[in-house]
Amino acid sequence: MKGEYTLNEDKKSSDVLGMLQIEHYQNAFEKKMDGKPVGWLTSLFPQEIVEALDLDYVYPENHCCAVAARKESPKFIDIAEGEGYSVDLCAYARLNLGYTEEGYAESLTIPLPDFICCCNNICNEVIKWYENLSKKLGIPMIMIDIPYNDMYYPDQARVDYIRDQLEYAIGQLEKVAGRKMDYDRLREVMRISNENSKAWSEAMSYLKNKPSPMNGFNLFNYMALIVCARGKASSKEVFDLLAEEHKQLSIEGKTKFKGEEEYRVMWDGIAVWPFLGFTAKTLIKNGINMNASTYPDAFAIQYDNLTLEGMAKGYAGSANTRCIEYHIDGRSGLMQKMKCDGALYHMNRSCKVWDMMQYTIAKGTSEKTGKPYAIFDGDQADPRGFSEAQFSTRIDGLKEVMAENKKEG
Amino acid sequence: MRHYQEIIDSFMDIAGNPLRQVKDFKEHTGGKAVGCFPEYVPAELVYAAGMFPVGLWGGDTGISRAKEYIPAFCCYVLQADLEFGLNGTYKDLDAVIVPSLCDTLKCLGQDFKVGVPEIRMIQFAYPQMRKIEAGVKFLESEYGRVRAALEEVSGTKITEKAISDAIIVFNGNRKALRRFVDVASEHTDIITPVIRHAVIKSGYFMEKPKHTAMVDELSDALSALPVNKKGKRVLLTGIMADDESMLRTISDYGLSVAADDLAQETRQFRFDVPTKGGGAMYRLAKWWQIFEGCSLAYDPEKKRKDMILADIEKYDVKGVIICMMKFCDPEEYDYPLIKDALESKGIPALYMETDGRAEAQAQTRIQAFSEIL
Repeated sequence: MKGEYTLNEDKKSSDVLGMLQIEHYQNAFEKKMDGKPVGWLTSLFPQEIVEALDLDYVYPENHCCAVAARKESPKFIDIAEGEGYSVDLCAYARLNLGYTEEGYAESLTIPLPDFICCCNNICNEVIKWYENLSKKLGIPMIMIDIPYNDMYYPDQARVDYIRDQLEYAIGQLEKVAGRKMDYDRLREVMRISNENSKAWSEAMSYLKNKPSPMNGFNLFNYMALIVCARGKASSKEVFDLLAEEHKQLSIEGKTKFKGEEEYRVMWDGIAVWPFLGFTAKTLIKNGINMNASTYPDAFAIQYDNLTLEGMAKGYAGSANTRCIEYHIDGRSGLMQKMKCDGALYHMNRSCKVWDMMQYTIAKGTSEKTGKPYAIFDGDQADPRGFSEAQFSTRIDGLKEVMAENKKEG
Repeated sequence: MRHYQEIIDSFMDIAGNPLRQVKDFKEHTGGKAVGCFPEYVPAELVYAAGMFPVGLWGGDTGISRAKEYIPAFCCYVLQADLEFGLNGTYKDLDAVIVPSLCDTLKCLGQDFKVGVPEIRMIQFAYPQMRKIEAGVKFLESEYGRVRAALEEVSGTKITEKAISDAIIVFNGNRKALRRFVDVASEHTDIITPVIRHAVIKSGYFMEKPKHTAMVDELSDALSALPVNKKGKRVLLTGIMADDESMLRTISDYGLSVAADDLAQETRQFRFDVPTKGGGAMYRLAKWWQIFEGCSLAYDPEKKRKDMILADIEKYDVKGVIICMMKFCDPEEYDYPLIKDALESKGIPALYMETDGRAEAQAQTRIQAFSEIL
């Protein structure tokens, strides 16, 4: 991180998180004003190679969360749809393509990019979205392709291909940065990234306690940091503080969840950002805490060794590139570890890579765990994709089955 | 030499009876049949294994059982393919190959594996960083996995020579189809949109050498006739234009298809697999590096729109019909750029959304489009 904070002992993780987020965007603007290149990155791009070259960058997806949560997404979505982008497309993409036209949002403004880095380990739509950005803005696109993997584990051919791409991308980024890669610095960034992933997992591990110390919806706030600043040393302080807070609450048997945690569920998928408050409150009202989620776990990339080969291996296993058995095993294991009573699946209209296997995953996971599930329709950024009434009904249904199961012991 | 109408009748018959074609092949040869999901599959490997590659481009069906696996916002071609797997329509297929070209295809392969366990599902990934050597090497490795799986299905080893020979056979078919679309463009009095589509589509349900011979036979017959560019000339772009009623409407309102940029049609045969430079598997993989002009292949330069503009010039095209497969995100992302490129050149375009059948207002809109031209 460019500016280091000295943490006051009384400081809470949420305060530091807020400061780091402000600084993240301020840094990007300052760089832009100084005439330095600023990049846009997809959320799971191997940011370590960008960070190690001391390039500044922001995340459009993260920006979309903020804009959507503050109810400003329709304005930008309308602009993109006016240009011919279909309502079928990812709402983050539409929002961002619309934002690119304006370059300013009341909720949060990010600088327009001088280069873009795209990695399709989250989905293939980002390739098309970023292709269009690159063409429209006339800026270089750095692409890392993580191929879909129908086998349980990625094979060596995938690792080799990704490693070679990392080398190629470093060459492209060196041109953008105007300097050569310092491989000692890269190893250091990878070490920090590894530590952050571990610290994040550690903080999250307390959520298995009963009651879970956290209202699971707060996961989504902290997630911004593991997405935006995996390779920055200052992030670890937040995760360490968060782990400490969770540890303390666990010892005291307390929770930040408002009300009694009657039921615990796994949340599958991205938040419904435009209805974050409504979805959170509905769960609270029903005594349901989301104490496990597949989404935040997806960002905890770990390396076996601090080489490009190690990085390639880490990214080759990205969750959204995996086969159905892996998804079912992962969710079942998570639900068992976190002692969940059920699962809630977000059929996110924006996210085909998550949706097109969701019925099969939900059914398979339920068969394996013996726990019920509900699927609701929603969208990560387009408010037109969500119905409060349907969400409430699905929650009622899930709660009813979880209550029956509890009675039967 | 057969009369062109006789040859056309054969094509129409084959294009309308894919299941019969598969059955006939299996009965006559004792060989196996392998379904090839859209959009691109190394069918050369299936042929090299002595099996019958069958194109699976959906079909007219209600969606019932597939709804247990996929939500409604899945493109109709893959919905139909899954439905056909689940309801037994594909029972004569011994395996299917699924290329992970888009997010839906990635998942559909997995859904198919779970829902249709009796048919072997072979999935692989195309590299998107296809212009660097590492991409070609990776695809060679992926094709190696496909080859090994096909060897298991066929029970025979696929030799280097068999693959080399298959490349020559398939390149011959590509060449014949390239010639056909050029000849067809000069004989739109005979080659209506429905016939043009049937000639190309039938290649997915025929043994390649037979298809090549018949396509050449038709091109020869047409070439002997005087040029007749009947109709207002349009170019079709998109994944596919398979709906016969829409194709009939196009000709009913005085339009003719002068060229196409469809994944099911011209994009399949624009580029050959190299016949020199490395082993057969490497050359087969090299095709994906050479390939251009498809929404499914990474291209930050967005060359597809320029290729469409070049074809507009080459084939004297007056308007473009954008055949947008509903819920096909790769194509939907390309649309605004194509729209802008056409507008900048003053080329009229008609955006037609299809989900197996053309949209309700298709007739009126095609009529209006024809009047503009």
